[in-house]
Amino acid sequence: MTTQMKVQTSTLVGRVILKLGNDVSTDVIYPGRFMATVLPAETPQYAFADLAEFNTQLKKKTFPPHSILVGGNNFGCGSSREQAASTLKGHELVIVARGFARIFLQNAINLGLRTIVCPELEASEGDDLEVSEGRVVNRTTLKSYPIVSLPKARQAIINAGGLIPFTRKRLLEKVGKN
Amino acid sequence: MSMTVVQKILARATGQASVNVGDVVEPAVDLAMSHENAALVINQFTEIYQGTGLPSRVWDPSKIAIVFDHRVPAETSKTATNQKKVREFIQAQGITKFHDIRGDEGGICHQILPENGYVRPGAVVVGTDSHTTSHGALGAFAFGVGATEMASIWTLGTVLNVEVPGTIKVVVNGEFASFVSPKDLILHLIGKLSAEGANFKVIEFHGETIRKMSTSGRLVLCNMAVEAGATSGIVPADEETRRYLREEAGVGESLDMVSPDPDAEYERVIEIDASQLVVTVACPHTVDNVRPVLSVQGTAVHQIVIGSCTNGRLDDLAIAAKILKGREVAKGVRMLIFPASWRIYKESLARGYLTDLIDAGAVVMNPGCGCCLGVHQGALADGDVALSTTNRNFVGRMGNPKSEVYLCSPAVAAASAITGVITDPGKGAN
Ligand code: SF4
Repeated sequence: MTTQMKVQTSTLVGRVILKLGNDVSTDVIYPGRFMATVLPAETPQYAFADLAEFNTQLKKKTFPPHSILVGGNNFGCGSSREQAASTLKGHELVIVARGFARIFLQNAINLGLRTIVCPELEASEGDDLEVSEGRVVNRTTLKSYPIVSLPKARQAIINAGGLIPFTRKRLLEKVGKN
Repeated sequence: MSMTVVQKILARATGQASVNVGDVVEPAVDLAMSHENAALVINQFTEIYQGTGLPSRVWDPSKIAIVFDHRVPAETSKTATNQKKVREFIQAQGITKFHDIRGDEGGICHQILPENGYVRPGAVVVGTDSHTTSHGALGAFAFGVGATEMASIWTLGTVLNVEVPGTIKVVVNGEFASFVSPKDLILHLIGKLSAEGANFKVIEFHGETIRKMSTSGRLVLCNMAVEAGATSGIVPADEETRRYLREEAGVGESLDMVSPDPDAEYERVIEIDASQLVVTVACPHTVDNVRPVLSVQGTAVHQIVIGSCTNGRLDDLAIAAKILKGREVAKGVRMLIFPASWRIYKESLARGYLTDLIDAGAVVMNPGCGCCLGVHQGALADGDVALSTTNRNFVGRMGNPKSEVYLCSPAVAAASAITGVITDPGKGAN
């Protein structure tokens, strides 16, 4: 992860490359046995390691940036391991889910992994989604779904480009360097 | 203004008279805990300081705790190297609350913190571990954060932009039937709320059953509150909290016994009659997939685990030893015991529990997370079924996505060890 990291707020279009159900746990996203690997540059290789075929496709860079994972409710439940966010960020994926677990959502925002809360979303693998301010349009089915904005406490961190630059700015203010 | 416990704690930690649910606040942190993942925190911490020209110093080395527990002793040279890097950082920064891989001080972070008196009522406790919720058992507001969030805390001493959470009040009255334990209560509650039913909320525990419950039992409840998605679980501090801190954790200072206002506002109140609860298990592959033990009685198991930050304490080993003393672990079943700390290990050794368990055929491992998260010891074969007193049963949790994990209390684990199939401790095992 670099300081140049940008959290996008503009419209994006991506294809759904994987659709998952409710309660996708961090053990599925980034199995515990790879937790000794911590650096954001090294974690992407183990994304969904137990979904071997999908993992291989990710590693081969089959999917363009902003490809979309669709999740149900409570995406990212379980562990606080930040690798679960950095591994997806490393593949420049966008996660559109009906809902997220608290720590995962926080980690995603801190690292600049784009997460969209879309409680009524209906989408299948292969559909093209257009994500813009306030809604997701499924271009394949031509249906539109409202987006729930992220917790307001998190917006400032998103605007700053992630928690590292946000904290750095606060640190410099604190010591009177800014 | 009337406030819940967590509102009161956040008001104090932000120097305000009161806070409302939904306010965005920046609380001062009293204790910041990490385990081996401190290696990643250090990386992110260093990055924050990059280009600032400032020396990278943590805000207060006396408020940081680091406990090696997830992979102890190191299982690979990679882990060993991470641990070495963390030790060097601890030394350089002067961090004192460090628990290395040692018999005189080691164990699982969520046991080490309470038993050393690091957690106090009214404190704000953060940890790079989702089960940091455990420490609510001592009346603290304790929650899990990611590594970058922790790096930010190490820098500033505060948690940036915390939204004051709403609270669900759970009131438990009545006495447990025999063999029903705090584990059965929390599994029941998670089943009722679902895995996301308390997402972004705090669960505050009340009622006679809780008042009479030991800190050990309260740790089980708060530990697993996160399995219903809760930001934290909390038991408002009372006489038992004081007793535990004075007698078991050796804390001499005065305590800030924060309790909620009687007319505090809750998002929801759930009442539970403890006398109606039955012995319960969580079936594969989600923690909220709970059933009465009787409905899965007879399911064959290959590995039984007693231990972890959920159920690896003295009372847990005591009941297991009582059930297994003079009996035998069924042939073909591997039984592994992971005491939650070396202090517990030594105490259960002195009381004869470990000998009883070993004589029955169990293997006693060193304190630590062990096979709970599937990285280290006690791997499962394809098709294996594990029965465990830990807190998660997601696909692959114990390291093998082709295995299944059932979660239960120590009594169920011990009774099932004798029969080799999931067994109600009140009925089977004789
Ligand atoms: S025992 Fe298991 S749940 Fe507890 S801290 Fe260790 S890995 Fe996490």
